[in-house]
Amino acid sequence: MSTVYPLIEHEYDVLVIGAGGSGLRAAVGLAEAGLKTACLTKVFPTRSHTVAAQGGISAALGNMGEDHWSWHMYDTIKGSDWLGDQDAIEFMCREAIPAVIELERYGLPFSRLENGKIYQRAFGGMTTDFGKGVAQRTCAAADRTGHAMLHTLYQQAIRHGVEFYIEYYAIDLIADTEGVLGAVAWDLSQGTLHQFRAQSTILATGGYGRTYFSCTSAHTCTGDGNGMVARAGYPLQDMEFVQFHPTGIYGAGCLITEGVRGEGGFLTNSTGEKFMERYAPHAKDLASRDVVSRAITIEIREGRGVGTHKDHVDLHLEHLDPKIIHERLPGITETARIFAGIDATREPIPVLPTVHYNMGGIPTNIHAEALTLGKDGKPVTISGLMAVGETACVSVHGANRLGSNSLLDLMVFGRAAALRCASTLEQGHRVRPVRRTMVEPIFERFDRLRHADGSSPTAMLRERMQKTMQSEASVFRTGETLEQAARELEAIWCACTDLKVHDRSLIWNSDLAETLEFENLLACAVTTVSSALMRQESRGGHAREDYPDRDDKKWLKHSLIWLDKKGQTRMDYRPVHLETLTPEVQSIPPKPRVY
Amino acid sequence: MPQFRLPENSRVQLGRHYPSPDPGKRICKISIYRYEPDASEKPRLDRYEIELDHCGPMVLDALIKIKNEIDPTLAFRRSCREGVCGSCAMNIGGANTLACTKALSELGTKIAIYPLPHLPVVKDLVPDLSHFYAQYASIQPWLKTEDPVEGDRERLQSPEDRARLDGLYECILCACCSTACPSYWWNSDRYLGPAILLQAYRWLVDSRDTATGERLDQLQDPFRLYRCHTILNCTKTCPKGLNPAQAIAATKRLLVERES
Repeated sequence: MSTVYPLIEHEYDVLVIGAGGSGLRAAVGLAEAGLKTACLTKVFPTRSHTVAAQGGISAALGNMGEDHWSWHMYDTIKGSDWLGDQDAIEFMCREAIPAVIELERYGLPFSRLENGKIYQRAFGGMTTDFGKGVAQRTCAAADRTGHAMLHTLYQQAIRHGVEFYIEYYAIDLIADTEGVLGAVAWDLSQGTLHQFRAQSTILATGGYGRTYFSCTSAHTCTGDGNGMVARAGYPLQDMEFVQFHPTGIYGAGCLITEGVRGEGGFLTNSTGEKFMERYAPHAKDLASRDVVSRAITIEIREGRGVGTHKDHVDLHLEHLDPKIIHERLPGITETARIFAGIDATREPIPVLPTVHYNMGGIPTNIHAEALTLGKDGKPVTISGLMAVGETACVSVHGANRLGSNSLLDLMVFGRAAALRCASTLEQGHRVRPVRRTMVEPIFERFDRLRHADGSSPTAMLRERMQKTMQSEASVFRTGETLEQAARELEAIWCACTDLKVHDRSLIWNSDLAETLEFENLLACAVTTVSSALMRQESRGGHAREDYPDRDDKKWLKHSLIWLDKKGQTRMDYRPVHLETLTPEVQSIPPKPRVY
Repeated sequence: MPQFRLPENSRVQLGRHYPSPDPGKRICKISIYRYEPDASEKPRLDRYEIELDHCGPMVLDALIKIKNEIDPTLAFRRSCREGVCGSCAMNIGGANTLACTKALSELGTKIAIYPLPHLPVVKDLVPDLSHFYAQYASIQPWLKTEDPVEGDRERLQSPEDRARLDGLYECILCACCSTACPSYWWNSDRYLGPAILLQAYRWLVDSRDTATGERLDQLQDPFRLYRCHTILNCTKTCPKGLNPAQAIAATKRLLVERES
């Protein structure tokens, strides 16, 4: 019954999949280098989820007082609970300063100080002098930094004539045992299938927040890159580390930036107590996100939540000068009004820890080249495949990302990927031909899902998965809850043979698109739960109540996980890079993480 | 004889009706424009009834509920669900706005939803915005400057100069304003429309940008700018509370000042 789909063929030097911050930055760099580049995206570039970032982008510019990138590096390593690779973190924090200057030169409308320099705010876990003081390091455009950055990068992309394929949905990678040759994509507006061949394919597809029921992530954050990589037989790394943002709006899940606390906001429980003082006596409300999210969860669990059901806490900014709120936090004031129905200048915002970011993803080196393990068990690069942004795991965020390091990650590694392509690829070099057998399984999957005629609608299975992840793989996990999740996910995986897709058309068939996305989400959910079950320790965003301590002897290593076609997983590990990139800084040995 | 009727494929038929299984509940009746490009059928108006007690507060929640539970073939764009990405712009209850920030409670129990007006429809609530995006690119929306910067630091800008960008840079390119403008309906081939003119003004007033003259030259045209007839639908409909009409007026003033 398989339909024959005509295939429109394209050949490029580089194929970028995704047009958020990292994809756009890579595409701009590639265009500058004169490489023939296609940028494929399932949404118009300025709709990408980078647009929703609020607080800012970190860089030790020192505009608000003394700062140094090595302090930023220390904070990031500590924030990562020592799971971050120190060479990569050094690279990122050092490159942060030129990255922000570059954005300013591109025209990003940063907020300004009286002396005309870029305004920087305090953020969680960002300190001066190796933990002694509070750093103001996060460069902000009010509380709309992601929006300003994404639009600025899109503007640069137009300026450099980047070739976009907009509302093209990437279905799968074209790969064989030698590596990746490109991807097959579906043009939603024409309903046609396209084969893109490229010397290098850069995945910039973002995170997979939508595996959970409540998240700050957009509907489009469906882990497409992770799904494609897993199906191509390559590993994912550190998938157990999912960040809960302490302050998502209660009910709606919309993000309220950490910048609120950076500007002097604080959290209280039902007794009115500023409870963070108990959990993090030094950093208080500006402790790392994992620490604050656990604190809130404990407060609620012990009966000190607010509201009728005592199931959330209050975030206060009503004590701040209305002028400051108007100038620096206008976006979240609007969000709080629309989604919580409150005036944040007068009353607290009801908040709850909400899934926000995936530290794990496609393992890469600092040049953004994707990695797998070789026959000797050592990491090797995958020919023709790169990954940047949230879908990648370099790893600079380790077990917990610091706020404002994400926009930085996008810029630094988007640029690094472009530079790597410029130095390793030859313009117009022919790509190996694609054999029919390499694309047939992709057609087969597409056609099978398009005509899926079982009894379980995609939305139903997706909600089952989301509710499972929400309740069993949450801020705190135990072996028991994770096993429960694994069993339920296995049942959902089996139920996929009974999927029902109602829409059989090809033009803008979003029923089918959501089904393809759901398969990606499910791959992410399964690998997250399996990795979490294996890691018998607590580190950063992965808090096991049955193993409450960090165990550096056994677990100071990255998890690598492979997923087979039956939904079964296989684990392996690779060491954390404790060594630095240059002798200019010293490695920070693991020590207890206290804020 | 001139043709006064709409072309055949633009005449909307009455479509399917999906009544609520439990009419005793608090019901919202939502009519939605449907167009299936593959089916070569005329567009139709499908009517859905949803229970408000089991639906989120926003129009987007209702659309997702319909897609998940009643009719998965319904197509619409959506992404951030918090009013910053601009995907879910559509015509709701007669006005262009974002489905994700428009509360159902503001609309009563009968709601009609159409795609943004006067654009080619790809499918259902998904319009073709490629011309709008091409117009955005045509104003060269990036920083142009010939001022050298010292060393490897940022260009300086005073807080007052930066404040001039407020109300401009926040635009999410949702196209609500442009597609609410009658002048844009008539002349979108040559008139840039309010959204793009707001962005043109954003670069005119950026103290870092030195291409003001060149930018004004580009706008000094009977169509690109001057088809604005101060109808102000743009400002009235902007879901982000921005004021494109004011930016257009200010651009016209800049041109007048340049001439005098």
